[in-house]
Amino acid sequence: MKLSFSSEDEQFRQEIATWLQDNLCGKYEPLRFRGGPGDEHMFPEERKRWEQHMAQAGWLCVGWPKEHGGRALSINQQVIFYEEYARAGGPGLAGHIGAGLTGPTLIAFGTEEQKQRFLPGIINGTEYWCQGYSEPSAGSDLANVSTKAVLGTAADGHTQQWRINGQKVWTSLAHESDWCFVIARTEPGSQGHKGLSFLLVPMDQPGIEVRPIEQITGTSEFNEVFFDDAVTDANNIVGQPGDGWKIAMALLGFERGVSTLGQQMAFQNELDEIIRIAKNNGAAEEPTIRQRIADAWMGLRIMRYNSLRMLSGPQDGTLQKEAMIYKLFWTDWHSNLGKLAMDVLGPESEIIEEGQYGLSRLQSMYLFSRSDTIYGGTNEIQRNIIAERALGMPKEPKGAV
Amino acid sequence: MEFVFTPEQQMIQDTARQFLDACSNSGHVRDAMTKTTGYDAELWQKICHEMYWQAIHIPEQYGGLGLGCVEMAILFEQMGRRLLCSPYFSTVALATNALLVAGTEAQKQHYLPRIADGSLTATLAYIGHASHGDNNSKDRYHNGWHTDSVTVTALPQFNQHTVITGYTLSGTLHYVPHGHTADLLVIAARLPDSSGEEGVSLFLLPSHLQGVEVQWTPSMDQTRPLAQITLNNVIIPADNVMLQSEYAWPLLEKTLQLACVALAAEQMGGAQQALDLTLEYTKERKQFGRAIASFQAIKHRMADMMLQVESARSAVYYAACIADEALQHHNPAAATDNVSQNDPLSPGNACHSSLDHSLADELPLASSLAKAYCSDAYFHCAAESIQLHGGVGFTWEYDPHLYFKRAKSSETLLGNASFHREKIAQIIL
Ligand SMILES: Cc1cc2nc3c(=O)[nH]c(=O)nc-3n(C[C@H](O)[C@H](O)[C@H](O)COP(=O)(O)OP(=O)(O)OC[C@H]3O[C@@H](n4cnc5c(N)ncnc54)[C@H](O)[C@@H]3O)c2cc1C
Repeated sequence: MKLSFSSEDEQFRQEIATWLQDNLCGKYEPLRFRGGPGDEHMFPEERKRWEQHMAQAGWLCVGWPKEHGGRALSINQQVIFYEEYARAGGPGLAGHIGAGLTGPTLIAFGTEEQKQRFLPGIINGTEYWCQGYSEPSAGSDLANVSTKAVLGTAADGHTQQWRINGQKVWTSLAHESDWCFVIARTEPGSQGHKGLSFLLVPMDQPGIEVRPIEQITGTSEFNEVFFDDAVTDANNIVGQPGDGWKIAMALLGFERGVSTLGQQMAFQNELDEIIRIAKNNGAAEEPTIRQRIADAWMGLRIMRYNSLRMLSGPQDGTLQKEAMIYKLFWTDWHSNLGKLAMDVLGPESEIIEEGQYGLSRLQSMYLFSRSDTIYGGTNEIQRNIIAERALGMPKEPKGAV
Repeated sequence: MEFVFTPEQQMIQDTARQFLDACSNSGHVRDAMTKTTGYDAELWQKICHEMYWQAIHIPEQYGGLGLGCVEMAILFEQMGRRLLCSPYFSTVALATNALLVAGTEAQKQHYLPRIADGSLTATLAYIGHASHGDNNSKDRYHNGWHTDSVTVTALPQFNQHTVITGYTLSGTLHYVPHGHTADLLVIAARLPDSSGEEGVSLFLLPSHLQGVEVQWTPSMDQTRPLAQITLNNVIIPADNVMLQSEYAWPLLEKTLQLACVALAAEQMGGAQQALDLTLEYTKERKQFGRAIASFQAIKHRMADMMLQVESARSAVYYAACIADEALQHHNPAAATDNVSQNDPLSPGNACHSSLDHSLADELPLASSLAKAYCSDAYFHCAAESIQLHGGVGFTWEYDPHLYFKRAKSSETLLGNASFHREKIAQIIL
């Protein structure tokens, strides 16, 4: 066991820190610490331009293999990259779904043609993606999707294309996206995991309607997406028809990993802000608040240690225990942090900063953190997974109600 | 950065697990528990002469194995799993660490080889107050360590040139792990009329000296006996004062921080075993025609236990790596200056040049984190283990109560979770 980074790695830390210092300024200055969950409505266009600026210097998708335009950074250097990015206040990346989910999925399962068509748009910051999994009747029970796709001939009489009908819901950033990956039922009459396919669908077409959903925060980061004879090219299927479930699950595995360190640095920024307020308003002298701040600090450190373990472990796709607890740990931690922030503010926590419902960053974080324990597999589902896969306890009975 | 065991460390873990599975099962523990010494002397000899665990982190120049705190944490984890009854914690985590941190060269040369060859057991005693609240003006709530916990007085003896030749120690020390059987006592005492950090000294005191009275104080957790030690004008030579003479408080604190890392490892092992034995039981026990492990209420509680155990594991091994750095970069004189605190996550620490050093500086935070987290996790898992066993969990015959009791006593030892969270708060706030 060894905690320190090598001198090459420290040199790399210097390199990225300097680049950020020299570039995340001037017209990009207002973007610092903006964007990300709860703040996605801020500066969406400017943040995309920032991402393109990063892309020109080769700082997007730094972990991707060189053949796909990445830097093929080692795990250690990716850790450093995400730490320094967040430390500098690098804005939330609108391209994280493409970079973190679509890209790795295509690299693992896509055809050569798909890689050439889609990876450059992600790595250049010019094409943005959203995730079309959930439906009104398919939430935790994702295998219950009923959106249908049928392969047929286009109006021109010869090209083959998928025709899609159905509805997705809670689709984050659909309104900012160029493409959506959609799980759809391609085998008529099939049920559950069988007969699903993983399709890549362009958003800008008459068959797709995106309707924003207003959230607890009063803002809209997610949407309903309606597919009414929406189409996509026959080649825009990842894997074979019927492989959809396998690919959808593999993709969820890509969600964990190096970017967790950057997320933690963003959490650290929130905790620092809470500590700053507590010191100024005297909350830091309350014994129970002191305990809770220390506890929050501990939780964040443990998250980091869990990540270091996760990243040092075998990178062969096997899910280690520390990886299986990761989501459950951070989401509970973060919603507690939200409550702590309000308790440190005291009655001032109620007061709206501007206009009718212009929430402060901490108010927004407090409210938004209630979704952390829901999206990407609720905490109850996480516990089922831990109990069944890590502890070998019996599976949940399948309901026939 | 490689936060995984090396193959050698993995081997140490496997060996320790096998050895303890064979030598410290429930039956062995229950036997040892009933002895007034609190341990099986034969097993202790076997550990000392076949496994050399007591020598694990003693440098080779003093006859030790020269391994580090990660290896030591690996052993403590396995001992915790098996509730090993032995003077290992007191000898290695308390006294040996005290010698490494505050021993003079001569003291190290004299005592470390004797600990390493298994001929000496030892412990550390610093708590001068009882906290039973019996209208006795000396009673004081005690949690963790505070400068005013140190109440034994050390009266200097001078020769005609006003050079100190020795000390007379008097006072009572409470809650001393294995204090009634230890051959060597490391004692914290203070100069008469001193207060706070001023005047605190550490002494090496062979327990056979005249005026040393040790008394076993039977305790609820029978797997780690405690003793009360009374010093009636015990006279010891000046050679027995440890480093920085009356400025030893920071060295005592550092010793306790290192001991916390060891104790946290033990707690994490105990929590793991509480989880494992409960898992096994819930898979076997049937109610309503199915294994109780199939009820979601139970699955979710087990998942929460695993989350805590795995997080405790990360906290322990991180702290163990830090403890290694802290021992390697240890400089007794510098330790008594004000140590700068350094949090690598805080802004403004972007580029560490001498990373190793800043890692060593993390000891106060990392050790308190590990002790706080593991104290809560162990108590939680042990309590859950009773609940999920139902009625049998409440019997003397089944093991959950052994873990439950050890969890509580370990939580109290060296300060509970709220004490350590407050320590953290003092640094970060
Ligand atoms: C902010 C936000 C962003 C999102 N972004 C996206 C996105 O971009 N793309 C996308 O596809 N989806 C997205 N989602 C949807 C998200 O993945 C689902 O909300 C989630 O999977 C839960 O499904 P549900 O809402 O239907 O709740 P339900 O599944 O109906 O769950 C309701 C309650 O029942 C519990 N429950 C359900 N099943 C079980 C069980 N077997 N055992 C025990 N308890 C159970 C749940 O834990 C929960 O507490 C987003 C959600 C949110 C809140």
